Amino acid sequence: MLSRVAEAIYWAARYIERTENTARLIRVNSHLLMDTPKGVSPGWEHLIVINGLESIFSEYSGKPTERNVVKFLIGSQDNPSSIFNSLKYARENCRTVREIIPRTAWQKLNKLYLYATENINAGLTQKGRDLYLDEIISGSQQLNGLLGSVMYQDEAWHFLRIGRNIERAEMTTRILDVQSSDLITDVDVLSESTTLESVQWISILKSLSAYSIYRRTLQVRVSRTPVLDLLFHDSYFPRSVAHCLNSVENSMQSLIHNEQPLKSLHKIQRMIKKKDLQTLDQESLHLFIDEIQLGIWRFHSKLEKQYFLTALQSA
Amino acid sequence: MRIDLSNYDPGRFYDETLAAKNRARSYSKELIKLFRKMDEEELAARQLAAELAIKEMGISFTVYNEKDGTIDRNWPFDIVPRIIPKSEWDKIEAGLIQRVKALNMFINDLYHDQKIIKDGVLPKEVLEKSKNFRPECVGITPPRGIWAHVCGSDLVRDVDGTVYVLEDNLRVPSGVSYMLENREVTKLVFPELFKTYAPLPISDYPTQLHDMLCSISPRKIKRPEVVVLTPGIFNSAYFEHAYLAHQMGAELVEGRDLFVDDDNCVYMRTVAGPQRVDVIYRRIDDEFIDPEVFREDSTLGVPGLMRAWKAGNVGLANAPGAGVADDKVVYAFVPDIIRYYLNEEPGIPNVPTYRCMYKDEREYTLANLDKLVVKPANESGGYGMMIGPYASAAEQKQFAKLIRKNPRNYIAQPTLGISTVPTVTGNTLEPRHVDLRPFILSGKHTTVTTGGLTRVALRKGSLVVNSSQGGGSKDTWIVQD
Repeated sequence: MLSRVAEAIYWAARYIERTENTARLIRVNSHLLMDTPKGVSPGWEHLIVINGLESIFSEYSGKPTERNVVKFLIGSQDNPSSIFNSLKYARENCRTVREIIPRTAWQKLNKLYLYATENINAGLTQKGRDLYLDEIISGSQQLNGLLGSVMYQDEAWHFLRIGRNIERAEMTTRILDVQSSDLITDVDVLSESTTLESVQWISILKSLSAYSIYRRTLQVRVSRTPVLDLLFHDSYFPRSVAHCLNSVENSMQSLIHNEQPLKSLHKIQRMIKKKDLQTLDQESLHLFIDEIQLGIWRFHSKLEKQYFLTALQSA
Repeated sequence: MRIDLSNYDPGRFYDETLAAKNRARSYSKELIKLFRKMDEEELAARQLAAELAIKEMGISFTVYNEKDGTIDRNWPFDIVPRIIPKSEWDKIEAGLIQRVKALNMFINDLYHDQKIIKDGVLPKEVLEKSKNFRPECVGITPPRGIWAHVCGSDLVRDVDGTVYVLEDNLRVPSGVSYMLENREVTKLVFPELFKTYAPLPISDYPTQLHDMLCSISPRKIKRPEVVVLTPGIFNSAYFEHAYLAHQMGAELVEGRDLFVDDDNCVYMRTVAGPQRVDVIYRRIDDEFIDPEVFREDSTLGVPGLMRAWKAGNVGLANAPGAGVADDKVVYAFVPDIIRYYLNEEPGIPNVPTYRCMYKDEREYTLANLDKLVVKPANESGGYGMMIGPYASAAEQKQFAKLIRKNPRNYIAQPTLGISTVPTVTGNTLEPRHVDLRPFILSGKHTTVTTGGLTRVALRKGSLVVNSSQGGGSKDTWIVQD
């Protein structure tokens, strides 16, 4: 398959996944805030921080109020990762490879883009936000389901799967970072209330559609270490970092000339596997997440160098 | 309220559906019967449903405008099909096959012995001043001697019902994807009519295109690598490039995806390394395909492509240089060209054309600017032309100046009263002018699309059908009569 096409499909998949996860991220924070007592409320700023968007935000969006942050994450044209831009880029990338994408999937993506842009104002109100985000999430999932059921599973499919899972792994770490960020540093307040901590972990689980899975498989009170274990190490849960990276590995093995990217992928997998999650305090959790994200970035660079047109042309 | 056709009035024009007010042509009876039973609201609802389907199917075209840059616009479509009886279509089809055959012989002759000039049928001057003659192609014989593999000829019907060829597009004619999509949309909108009419299917075009492209592969292998070369997503016809590639199962490539190696063969950059390309259906104009030979500043093309083609290592459709016959002055000679190469009378007439290069015809043109349509030799998309009856005095004066300055570059034709077809306006039907672009494929066999793309001028009274200038389109049905 064409290098340019592989690149476009990989990015389209990443942007579709980013759309869904950004919606999940906003939703988890909304729900978290509703369960948090006054005084410890961390507000919205950390959503900007964990996405590494501080400088763009401060340039365009003023104070990190709820309205400004949500607007920035949903509808901003200046934020390259906003839902609006993610869908736009997903669509632009798909447009250049329309002969590869099943027609029904293209139509679905188009519909989702139209929904997201036409209903943006409703999505920015507190009342309309949940419904809007639900539509975005279920729309992305339908799109993924459609691709899984009708797309020919050749190299194009594998690049799609790699893009989707790389983005998903990264976003799972970002969502976890919500928990490890400012929100929790006020340990004095928190230690008084194990219920509160539990409530917060429940929000994280729910945001990743992992709550009932946690209940069914672990059957223990929701607490830190088993949650981290599920989200980093579990090999059956489709949004766990381990599962995502396994899927990437699996697809990588179907591609030729895969040595370099695979090598860097195995490095992250080993690093995650041998991490003792019990010993992670807030700060080391945050550092661990940073380390994973850096590893993912390195893997992406290897992938790009091996297969993508941008790199081939400049070589 | 029921749709009222008693006010439907095409005036002096030939209406293809109604022979007179309230009187349907024989092949339109069922269509009109359906409309008579229909509420106005339902008509509007069906039109809206079609527009929604087009939006969701992503059928679009790209327009460039100075203010907003490029915009992707939904394809404007009218739901009322245009019906042509098969007995009439058969004659048109035969005429088109004849025409394209002669044009290909003509192009091949121009790049070899130029017998037609030596025999005094075509003045030497026409060739000398041709913008699209490529000296780089002289002496080359592409496979089967075919240069224009894909031709889109525009047909119009005059007030008396006669069908004329208005122009031949031999460079990179577009529109066929819309023809195919229009049928899909119409199936959603008028399922009941398909039962009554059973219009002849058109969906085998992508297969025919693929077969034709394979037939010009230099390597005689079972599955030649066929690619569609596009200038990219900002091109107005990008939708079509992607559509055709998808339908053929061919790679859609941009110039940067391809390179020509030291062995003078074309390769594409793939994730598995370089892969040989056999046939390129190029949708880029000659001038841009190879910066080594044509425009140096072109970033859309592939350096070395002409080398590979001349060496016979890659098939190019259409062949570079085929556009020499896509010139409105050459057009005026096509009836003579048909007679010269085939010794036959043209099956479809040309629109009477005044060639400004000849003194008599020029004087006539200059004296009748207010009645004629004046066209430059090498523009497409309706640009750079003047429609006399609608032009201001200043415009006419300007064109008189242009013609005197460069007579070889202009032709003039009478303003045709081109035919009309009922078209949805709000919640009723009004006559709107149409043309027809069938597509002719020439390879091992010659095939013509069953019907073609009907373009319709959506503005009342307008004769301009180009989508970039307020035109829309309709499904075209060839039906047994």
